[in-house]
Amino acid sequence: MDAPRPGVERSSAESGNWTLRVRRSIDRRLPMDHLLPDRQPYFVGSWVYVFGVITIAALVWVIFSGVVLSFMGPQWWHVSGVGRFFNSLHFWSVQVFFIFMVLHLWGQYFMASWRDGRASTWIIGVVIFAVSILTAFTGYLSQQNFDSQFIAINAKDAMNGAGVGAFFNVLNFGQMYGLHVMLLPIGVTFLVVWHIVMVRTRGVVKPIDRGGANRQ
Amino acid sequence: MDSPTTYFHWGFILISLPNLLVIGGMVVLFAVALVAPFPHGGLDDDGRP
Repeated sequence: MDAPRPGVERSSAESGNWTLRVRRSIDRRLPMDHLLPDRQPYFVGSWVYVFGVITIAALVWVIFSGVVLSFMGPQWWHVSGVGRFFNSLHFWSVQVFFIFMVLHLWGQYFMASWRDGRASTWIIGVVIFAVSILTAFTGYLSQQNFDSQFIAINAKDAMNGAGVGAFFNVLNFGQMYGLHVMLLPIGVTFLVVWHIVMVRTRGVVKPIDRGGANRQ
Repeated sequence: MDSPTTYFHWGFILISLPNLLVIGGMVVLFAVALVAPFPHGGLDDDGRP
């Protein structure tokens, strides 16, 4: 049996080594100075760019307060003083999350920030918005009070009318609670991380040129 | 707190006072963000303001 030539052996080992290929691909697409930059272009010096960061900060509070609520349970969040505080913290951090997500959406819309290969970043943002609305709706159904019962009974007709009542049963508390505390938050968090990585990969979109030269 | 809120009805637009205040506040905040000076205005890699 012939001995393998050193050069050929290395080349074939590299081509078959998926960890090496993935590492090189990440290094090429998202070097660390892009992932954690210490400077930004001059046009980023505007409060409009703060809306997205506030949205992420609100999401952190939503998840933190939600973890506490799920650990302690509905009797705690409806009866005890601290529980009602965390219940309110969860509700109001969601309000901040949605308000600043919409402000971020307005800002990015008027910047046309889907330009220069950033369409997928924009689309992921749209999906985050949709999944967040679904998460909020299942949250209203998970309150364990008369309000959630009223909403569930009214929403049942809407879901049946839309043809999804068999798969998405708003009267099934276990299904709504499971979606709200497990699947949908994981989905939102994963999509937000993906969204941020894509922003870091491409960088912040350049301002639209007054003459329209930068429009695509 | 238990009384129903005020609603505004202009043509096909029907909106509650709290929702109108939230949307109005968002529009104002967006406008302020456009014009308010940003502290420590960022410099680019060339130190350009």
